[in-house]
Amino acid sequence: MSDSETPGTTRTAGEKADFKRELTAVVPHLRAFARGLCGRPDMADDLVQETLLKAWAAQDRFEPGTSMRAWTFVILRNAYLTDMRRNRFRGEYDEGVAERILTAPAGQEEPIHLSDLHRALLTLQPERREALLLVGAGGFSYEEAAEICGCAVGTIKSRVGRARAALTEMLANGNIPRRSTDDEAAHRAILEELDVVAAGNGVSTRG
Amino acid sequence: MASDRKPPPASGEQPQRAPEWADGLKQLYDSVVEEDLPDSFKTLLARLDEIDPRRGGGGGSSGNSSQSPDDRGAQA
Repeated sequence: MSDSETPGTTRTAGEKADFKRELTAVVPHLRAFARGLCGRPDMADDLVQETLLKAWAAQDRFEPGTSMRAWTFVILRNAYLTDMRRNRFRGEYDEGVAERILTAPAGQEEPIHLSDLHRALLTLQPERREALLLVGAGGFSYEEAAEICGCAVGTIKSRVGRARAALTEMLANGNIPRRSTDDEAAHRAILEELDVVAAGNGVSTRG
Repeated sequence: MASDRKPPPASGEQPQRAPEWADGLKQLYDSVVEEDLPDSFKTLLARLDEIDPRRGGGGGSSGNSSQSPDDRGAQA
């Protein structure tokens, strides 16, 4: 048995078990975050699997006691950005989500369709969508979201604010693209935006 | 379009009042969180123990160049 090649970084079996338990616990959150980012369940799950393997391989870099969810989200978003650059993600919208409808609470006349919301979400600039997902859906604080995205807290606040304003406007006016694939202009804008992101302006793409 | 039917959540953090779709956003997220984990994930998680992290990425290199995660080596 040769277990002495990386002195100081070897975790005990107990630590490994702890890591695995925590990693397992965040899988549903990784799936939700990935689904929100890329919209397609199959692609999102591939991304999560990739994330799990990377996280496992890098487990020595995880500081026990810190947030596993935040740590793995960083890995996931970096994998996402890398995939986006390689594959020119096509932004296809999944119809399965369209069947889910948010039932209106009592006293509210017009139900918000989750499918509309999801479609609107996918038209946002990736950085804003990501910020809104982290804060508005994932329940991260602005500070945590800023750390995950590698940017200033003020930047996150501004991205969330803009994302909220855009969604509110789209939903209020019913001004939602039918499907992201049908909206060439929006699609192109997203891809161009991604090039900016991928070029390293504003976000870090290296893990 | 009267939108003042719901008091904002108690958190003083929120600078703006939550828009009416805010619950929907959480619901989208939570609906995925609450899904049963597909078998592919259970399989992967079960397999992780067989993958030695020190071989995968412990060297500090950014990629998993030499050892693909799928090829976890013969354990003969």
